[in-house]
Amino acid sequence: MNDMLVGKPLKRKEDQRLLTGKGRYVDDIRRPGETYAVFVRSPIAHGIIKSIDKEAALAAPGVLGVFTGKDIQRDEWGSIPCGWVVTDRQGEPHKAVPHYALTPDRARYVGDHLAVVVAETYEQARDGAELVEIEFEELEPVVTLAMAMEGEQIHDLAPQNLCYDWELGSRAEIDAIFETAHHVTSLDLVNNRLVPNAMEPRAAIAEYDSGLDSYTLWSTSQNPHMLRWMLSGSVTGIPETKIRVIAPDVGGGFGMKIYCYPEETTCLWLSKVIDRPVRWTGDRSESFLADTHARDHLTTVDLAMDKDGTFLGMKIDTTANMGAYLSNYATSIPTYFYATLFAGCYKTPVIYSNVRAVFTNTSPVDAYRGAGRPEAAYLIERVVDVAAREMGMDPIDIRRRNFIKPEDFPYQTPVILTYDIGDYDASLDEALRMIDYDGFPARREEAKARGKLRGIGLACYIEACGVAPSQLIGKMGAGAGLWESGQIRFNATGTAFVLTGTHGHGQGHETTFGQIVADMFGIPIEDVELIHGDTSQVPMGMGTYGSRSLAVGGSAIVRAGEKVIEKGRKIAAHMLEASVIDIEFEQGLFSVTGTNKSVTIKEVAERAYVPLDYPEGLEPGLDETAFYDPGNFTYPAGTHICEVEIDPRTGVLEIVDWVAVDDFGTVINPMIVEGQIHGGLAQGIGQAIMENGVYDPESGQLITGSFMDYCMPRADDLPSFRVGYTCTPCTHNPLGAKGAGEAGCIAAPPTLINAIVNALDIRHIDMPATGEKLWRIARDKIAAQ
Amino acid sequence: MPTVSMAVNGKDVSGEVEGRTLLVEFIRKNLRLTGTHVGCDTSQCGACVVHVNGRSVKSCTMLAVEAEGATVTTLEGLVKDGKMHPMQEAFRDQHGLQCGFCTPGMVMSTIDLLRVNPDPSEAEIRDWLEGNICRCTGYHNIVKAVQQVASGDAA
Repeated sequence: MNDMLVGKPLKRKEDQRLLTGKGRYVDDIRRPGETYAVFVRSPIAHGIIKSIDKEAALAAPGVLGVFTGKDIQRDEWGSIPCGWVVTDRQGEPHKAVPHYALTPDRARYVGDHLAVVVAETYEQARDGAELVEIEFEELEPVVTLAMAMEGEQIHDLAPQNLCYDWELGSRAEIDAIFETAHHVTSLDLVNNRLVPNAMEPRAAIAEYDSGLDSYTLWSTSQNPHMLRWMLSGSVTGIPETKIRVIAPDVGGGFGMKIYCYPEETTCLWLSKVIDRPVRWTGDRSESFLADTHARDHLTTVDLAMDKDGTFLGMKIDTTANMGAYLSNYATSIPTYFYATLFAGCYKTPVIYSNVRAVFTNTSPVDAYRGAGRPEAAYLIERVVDVAAREMGMDPIDIRRRNFIKPEDFPYQTPVILTYDIGDYDASLDEALRMIDYDGFPARREEAKARGKLRGIGLACYIEACGVAPSQLIGKMGAGAGLWESGQIRFNATGTAFVLTGTHGHGQGHETTFGQIVADMFGIPIEDVELIHGDTSQVPMGMGTYGSRSLAVGGSAIVRAGEKVIEKGRKIAAHMLEASVIDIEFEQGLFSVTGTNKSVTIKEVAERAYVPLDYPEGLEPGLDETAFYDPGNFTYPAGTHICEVEIDPRTGVLEIVDWVAVDDFGTVINPMIVEGQIHGGLAQGIGQAIMENGVYDPESGQLITGSFMDYCMPRADDLPSFRVGYTCTPCTHNPLGAKGAGEAGCIAAPPTLINAIVNALDIRHIDMPATGEKLWRIARDKIAAQ
Repeated sequence: MPTVSMAVNGKDVSGEVEGRTLLVEFIRKNLRLTGTHVGCDTSQCGACVVHVNGRSVKSCTMLAVEAEGATVTTLEGLVKDGKMHPMQEAFRDQHGLQCGFCTPGMVMSTIDLLRVNPDPSEAEIRDWLEGNICRCTGYHNIVKAVQQVASGDAA
């Protein structure tokens, strides 16, 4: 009998290869006869393409071909799709502007794809790309969000550069509430543009097999099946049976690698034209220019309260940046993954949101870790903090007063979602205990004696994870369901393959799913091998994002395991000469109820493939597949509290303590979950005080286009973190798990900004709250004294 | 094209390179040692750190021809008799890696840290890691891994 593995901090199965240089990322793969593609990107933000001169490039050494958007259009390849239809206030669908792999007519952002050069070597392709001459009729670029609707029209389909003007809730109802309110707190917020920056740049290798008339695409993808579906169904018309997508080891994704991109689409096309494998590996400069970016909102939020600080209603007005084209899920992020979270942890009875999504001459914007939910948590937890300040209330008291209480679940929010379970006071209590909240005034005084301004801030966040119940998101406009597949394939010797449609790229799926299956069957984890990331091996699946892999993918694996057990009971009944209803299964042993007669899963697996004496009707094999569609989202929630010290003479900020108390439901591997929290916190802290994607407002050039200009969090910018848990298991999936991937970067920005405004005793500061901003505020305050 | 020779992971190797070929390209493309990664193009991320003559170097900051005659160790070369280096073990023990892409540079760099400073404080570890960017771990567990090796404790 095995010790149970679920709940234990098992070391990861994937680490041996990754630590010894034996990982296999896309750029590590070599194909015989391969060629290299380098893209010619737009040097300007906005302009009509007048001519593209290929001659000099075609004459360069090693160059095999130079191609433009018009070349691909001749093969009638279509637009890269946006798969989520958002319906605007007039009942019209969003403006579905075309997005071709190589833009045939107009450059719409710096880095846009104008042409591609293929050569024998990377260096020759790069040298060739330098020789492609492009003439433009330059147009005025539309760069800032504030000016987007007044600027030059970017797409013929989208007057005023408006993708949609969407609302949720009733404007008349919210207006009536605001008329009777005792106090309204109003706050203008910037949610700064972020560049995801997974450490592995995107890459692709496409190979065409003329004998089979089929394609293989190695891609740095978080969801290979969706990539295949989009390439087949929307872009190329090539049957899915003729496209195999392989996502091997992938070096981080954070949402940015969910999508079907122009580069891999172009490589797929090239592989048949060149009739040799074509590879492309982006460099970091290309990542900055042409990976999807994130966030980028301008928001006004108004919170109406009665005289006791009870929330009566909230009104949100947001302008959200789509960038130059619509990435695959861009439309859903500032709507159904944002406004549906505006209840937060609170019983705000009426909520109204209005979101205008606009096009600009900047890189497309789509989901990045948290995806809409960090923006929601930031505005809620900031406005609540400012409300407490304006009402003269303690920030803890105002939250507790408005919390949804354990007895209120299931709780129907006014913004579509129904929370199944939670205990927000429990997380808050634990966080207050861990940070020693009552001791803060003494710590502040002690810091003051050292010349430092010490502040404390908290955020009580909630998120919707386990993406997603298909019927519900269908009503919201999703073009696909977000169920997941799981398959457990026992071998004759008792080992098992587990196949999942999710994809691990740092999350440790091989370990976590291994723990679940090992426990379920009482076999060693070494006997469980995960297969993922290959559309030719794994049943159709929907990939990894939205903290869904465990809650949805893990649940599918459990369901498949239950089917295996059912099948195993029939085989065991035959082996033990008992009837099926008398067969029990526990800890890897099938036994006859009330007897000591039993067979192991290993023996059953062997007999499944050696059915020499099977009775009629008993089917050979022990290999079952399940598809799991969740009944609801999951709702991880928690409280983070941090303390900061600011040196008023220099503006230098130090995060001196960080306590994270999260309720993720059941935790399978606490070591991995803590790692997810740490990493999310680093990204959230990055957004709060360092990271900012900045385009020059005049020219549309990306100013923060390298790691020397875009401020990534480094080791000496961050503290060590203290992590605690509370647990209310998810009520509607078999694991009780909620998902942990995004919590850190959702909780961190409001937590840290609340601490900073507390330290400086100011009402608000916009992200990123850089040292320069802090220094200026501190200097002005000193001068005023 | 010039020929360059060096000892990599204990083996004498040589190859033809262009004058502009970087050491990291020679390691990845000519030698097919893909454990060393390229994460940026401005010598900021540190995913490509290797040891050249015993010291950590970003292999994107050297031309291959500059390594003529040098002794080079990559992540692959740390494994001796099938056993990982204590720093590799510590990264596994402490969950100091997630996607694994920055990991080669992190391991090579922190080994060099302990060579010059066998007992670093947390602040010194974090300061040393200025030149290595990780997007997954928040550095927390990388720091713990270095502390594990420095203290001589297994997990």
